[in-house]
Amino acid sequence: MLFQPINRNYHDFSIVRDKDACINCKVCIRQCAYEAHYWDESRQKVMHDNAKCVGCHRCEALCPTSALLIQKKKSEFKDNALWKPEFIKYIYKQADTGGVLLTGMGSPVGNIPVYWDKLLLDASQVTNPSIDPLREPMELKTFLGAKPVKLEFGKSKDGSPKLKTKLSPNIELNYPLMFSAMSFGSINFNLHVAMARAATELGICYNTGEGGLHKTLYQYGKNTIVQVASGRFGVHRDFLNAGAGIEIKVGQGAKPGIGGHLPGEKINEMVSGTRMVPLGSDAISPAPHHDIYSIEDLHQLIFALKEASEYRVPVSVKIAAVHNVAAIASGIVRAGADIVAIDGMRGGTGAAPGMIRDNVGIPIELALAQVDQRLRDEGIRNRASIVAAGGIRCSADVVKAIALGADAVYFATAALLAVGCTLCGKCYTGKCPWGIATNDAKLAKRQNPDVAAKKMINLVHAWGHEIEEMLGGMGLNSIESLRGNRDKLRAVGLSDTEMDILGVKHAGR
Amino acid sequence: MKRVYPDKDYCIGCHICELACITAHSKSKDLILAYTVERTGEGLSSCKHVHEGGPTCVALSCRHCDEPACVAACISGALQKDTESGRTTYDREKCVGCWSCLMACPFGAIARHPLENKIVKCDLCFDRPGGPACVAACPNQALKQEER
Repeated sequence: MLFQPINRNYHDFSIVRDKDACINCKVCIRQCAYEAHYWDESRQKVMHDNAKCVGCHRCEALCPTSALLIQKKKSEFKDNALWKPEFIKYIYKQADTGGVLLTGMGSPVGNIPVYWDKLLLDASQVTNPSIDPLREPMELKTFLGAKPVKLEFGKSKDGSPKLKTKLSPNIELNYPLMFSAMSFGSINFNLHVAMARAATELGICYNTGEGGLHKTLYQYGKNTIVQVASGRFGVHRDFLNAGAGIEIKVGQGAKPGIGGHLPGEKINEMVSGTRMVPLGSDAISPAPHHDIYSIEDLHQLIFALKEASEYRVPVSVKIAAVHNVAAIASGIVRAGADIVAIDGMRGGTGAAPGMIRDNVGIPIELALAQVDQRLRDEGIRNRASIVAAGGIRCSADVVKAIALGADAVYFATAALLAVGCTLCGKCYTGKCPWGIATNDAKLAKRQNPDVAAKKMINLVHAWGHEIEEMLGGMGLNSIESLRGNRDKLRAVGLSDTEMDILGVKHAGR
Repeated sequence: MKRVYPDKDYCIGCHICELACITAHSKSKDLILAYTVERTGEGLSSCKHVHEGGPTCVALSCRHCDEPACVAACISGALQKDTESGRTTYDREKCVGCWSCLMACPFGAIARHPLENKIVKCDLCFDRPGGPACVAACPNQALKQEER
């Protein structure tokens, strides 16, 4: 053990085992997908190898005697403001492997401001009454899709008024919330079942991600948004007609500018059939859509999909939040998209190069505010709904996003946390000990769809109640009255430029 | 009657049901003492066993059959069918350790006591408030006590 490459010493976690409490029952050995715990035959007891621990806390959670504690490794590098420990470790790793550093989940970097934390909400006092959502009706219902400029009415034969304006197809949501795209393959079938069931019970939508839709899940179509990405995995006529909406994924907040990569190890028979790719082969999405090289090309694809689905469902275009996002969004709306989904740089992923995840893109708050403002200025805001994604952590983030101009938000990391994810960020290994980002039959069964669906439903119910409370406090009785209502927001500790971009005043003004 | 049904699709093979079982049947009712002292010293063992084959695992214990073969085979009257509760009951005092029940059980759900000429068999935790300990402990709801 002592004679090992020096690099093995720079691991992130230490496993602390309480000798009085550990009964050598081996639960930890069975739970750890990384073999950090093992049975020592000569000592006749459970031992562990700290270097293999990824900090997922699965063993700690399941240890029946609470004998385990997963800690950050105490040994610390000499302080250096420039050479932070992560950079030192990156270099050690890359010097060993010569490869791109892969990561999973959203960016953990701390030097990019989380603007949600710098925004405060309003509440009614004296001059306007607040509303108690437990006693009075509160409307969270949200419709996504193009809205008409005006409504025209005529009269039907019996003299009653009749709507003359032809309405565009919309997606109806009971909450301004949706489970964002996580492909079947990146997460396993059990969780797709859970999301589909949860979305159906809640009256919201989940997004298939780019891996197609398993035949058995077509029954949940009314609550499904089907995604078409650059790899076109699992895309065919039935798929396009299975959902309540179609989304063209151009970019993802965690990895703007690059395509998805599902390693062959994760492609089992079910994934292969659904994705329409050979068993065990890597499913690599190209960085661009090879049929989109301009806004005009996007226009063609949007209308090709509308034709294929006979104009029954709205078409969404999802982009990563990047520089000039407002101009891009304007082009997308003019190209005919009914929904623009913007994914901020803190959005999650199953696999992305760390350098891209942590350095490319912009925070969703700034992008969202700018897109909403641009579409309003151009008089085309009604032609598309805006969905904000990427780092929505709680109901207050949802309320702030809607006040900044979003019609609804996508959240995925929070949904995974609800079913046990601990953000260890090792999704790309395909060995998720919580049974989430894995298709290993033995690990995937750790997600029981009955349990997982219930947890997701509980989370959305809880957020729904909190959103109602916050709306009521502001004297609003409908989520519609909050949409783009930036007067309900104030900033703390932001510069004039930041406040100008967000379109909010400083607290106290 | 309500029986404990395992769900092989979601049994994760953690064996926590076994630990819950021995704790529930221990004198100390303390997992650490039950597992380290009573198990090794007195042969306390779980009525439930997790069987594994490849990715599939399933936790098996006495099924409390409607027409139990073990009761028919029992030569001493230690195993009885309680018509009221539906449980297949075991009277340790009457058991002579002939192992007829072990041979008769079609599910292999009866085990020998490791130290004594007695058997180990599920009693559905009939005297435990909250029902069977294994069901309560299962982290993935792969054990359910229900009417089927």
